[in-house]
Amino acid sequence: MQSLVIVAHGSHLNPESSAPTYDHADTIRATGAFDEVRTGFWKEEPHFREVLRTVEGDEIYVVPLFVSEGYFTEQVIPRELRLDGWDVSEWGSDGLSADQATLVAEDIDREVHYCGPVGTHRAMTDVIVRRAESVTDDPDVGEGFGLAVVGHGTERNENSAKAIEYHADRIAERDRFDEVKALYMDEDPEVDDLPEHFESDDVVLVPLFIADGYHTQEDIPEDVGLCEDHTEGYDVPETVDGTRIWYAGAVGTEPLMADVVLERAADAGADLGSALDDVRETTRVATGD
Amino acid sequence: MADSTSATDGGEAGSDEPEVPEIDLPSDAFDAVLDALDELDPGEPLRFEGFSVARGTEGTDEELPGGSPDEYVLADGSRPTGMSERDLHEALAERAPAVTDWYVFERVVGEFGPRRAFLRWIEDADGETVAARYAALAAGIERAWGELKITATLTDRGERRYDVRHADDAGVPVDDLDAYDDPLDARDLVTFDEKGRYRPLKTAPSLVGGWVFPDLGPRELYEAVETIYPATVANWHREREGELDVNHWRETMERQSGIYGVVKTWDRGEGYEHVNWVAEACCDDSQCLKRREWEYDDETDLDVDGGDGAFPCREPCSVVVSAARKWTRLESEQPRTYEFELTPSEKEQVEAVIDAVADGRIDEIREADTKEGANRYRTRFLRAKLFDDEGNLGGVPTDPDEE
Repeated sequence: MQSLVIVAHGSHLNPESSAPTYDHADTIRATGAFDEVRTGFWKEEPHFREVLRTVEGDEIYVVPLFVSEGYFTEQVIPRELRLDGWDVSEWGSDGLSADQATLVAEDIDREVHYCGPVGTHRAMTDVIVRRAESVTDDPDVGEGFGLAVVGHGTERNENSAKAIEYHADRIAERDRFDEVKALYMDEDPEVDDLPEHFESDDVVLVPLFIADGYHTQEDIPEDVGLCEDHTEGYDVPETVDGTRIWYAGAVGTEPLMADVVLERAADAGADLGSALDDVRETTRVATGD
Repeated sequence: MADSTSATDGGEAGSDEPEVPEIDLPSDAFDAVLDALDELDPGEPLRFEGFSVARGTEGTDEELPGGSPDEYVLADGSRPTGMSERDLHEALAERAPAVTDWYVFERVVGEFGPRRAFLRWIEDADGETVAARYAALAAGIERAWGELKITATLTDRGERRYDVRHADDAGVPVDDLDAYDDPLDARDLVTFDEKGRYRPLKTAPSLVGGWVFPDLGPRELYEAVETIYPATVANWHREREGELDVNHWRETMERQSGIYGVVKTWDRGEGYEHVNWVAEACCDDSQCLKRREWEYDDETDLDVDGGDGAFPCREPCSVVVSAARKWTRLESEQPRTYEFELTPSEKEQVEAVIDAVADGRIDEIREADTKEGANRYRTRFLRAKLFDDEGNLGGVPTDPDEE
């Protein structure tokens, strides 16, 4: 029996924090690829500490819904799941290449496949592009557009910037957008000066965050100048200093994220049948054809 | 809070015992019996309450009636009876309650420990006979789980059906409630309290009512309960098995890291009164339905009652850890002496305001009820009288250097 456990941060204050986790779990559940799909949280219930005891399967894949490798994926989650013998060298990662480690979870005395986070998987690049398509409502968006991939920067996690640069570079290589830039909230190049970094009249702004919350709904819109005060709201696109900025919040809310969760499990050996194709198809941006 | 009660007055007037209902043996159940027998060796019995069935041993037992090699042998305390598949169907149809009971738990509910234990507990399957349970189910068995009321009933094919709702909605007709059938829909029901505020703790006694899952099967019931009160069944099950892994306050705080690492410094080897305060603040039944089983450490119990919840709390939760982080910082401050004057009634009013906020009673205090110390007009009057323009009580600054 094959089980998927999606683990995410959650929040004591913001109900939107866990929403993408539930949404992607639902999308994957609908594919029938897993006998069960469970969710566990750091700040909500079931907690990381207790989620595994709610899991029935004997082939268990744990996928962290986090944007980068670091404190949570390397310390908190393995500790709280009680992964026996965990050491970050199990992943042998350079900060971007965590794949999976198979370890016994002491809580249930069964092996689990502990996967790298969704944010550093190569498939995440497609989600960022898909986000740009969703925000502009244009499945062919690219020509005449700049793309800004935005994240925290290194203040809290040295790997945060790595993940942002990794995806920005990969998108740039595709020559689809006129310009692609990695911008940060707490280091240079700063997202506050977004129009200065782009020549394009239109720029899609995609923040590499899992859920909508303080950073994506308050910080970034105000810093970028989409609005004076986040409570006023803003239009999509919103013109700032002559640049039309297309912003619609956290990339993690994009339905195609479910595909990355599946890819992580597949890389760890999960048998998915046609689930990957199904999810790519069902999460498409409608073209109106 | 987990007492089982019968939903009706016991059926027929004049009879104390509820009737065992007529059950039609569904073909699914009969096929499952045949499948199960196929997986057993000839002669190896499949046990039901009160009888067993085995595949015949190809006529090797001369004692068996019927002469020809019997396909099946049924034993129920008298002489074993050999029979054909058709006879077996008839015999099992006569014993449909026992067969459908086996089918429900072996084939529908399955082996997963927490789910199986919970669904058996609902109808006391480990303590009562099939006949007694079927009679009780026909009348409706009610169970409480946190703020939920679960009513288990039976179809005429021996299937279990469950009605789940808020206990406050007991007796409300289904048509007067919002009905749901997908257990995952419960996620939307548990997110906000009746005032529309986010519920960070799913076991807080602030579940809203007005909804019902009127017709769930056994697995769906388990999933609905798991959605509303995550992991509570798993922990309750471990506790019943004598295997609940409690992590006490000390070890839980020692484990914390990052921004929560500071909570370790709150335990200074000077006793555990601070943890009593935490437990009184956060873990009281008025705040959380889990029964606190963790203490200060292995050898030191807290002085605060852990509550009466049906399901245990095995370690300080994330809400407690987060609050402890704040209190660790606040409690590192040194007390100072502030001097301002209050009338006796004003002192009591300050106490009443703190009580009202701590007990969540603000909304109960009537608009014009100025007898209540925490009444808004009374409180605004106190503020108008005692606060200066900077919001300092009695005009005394918090930091004396601000003088």
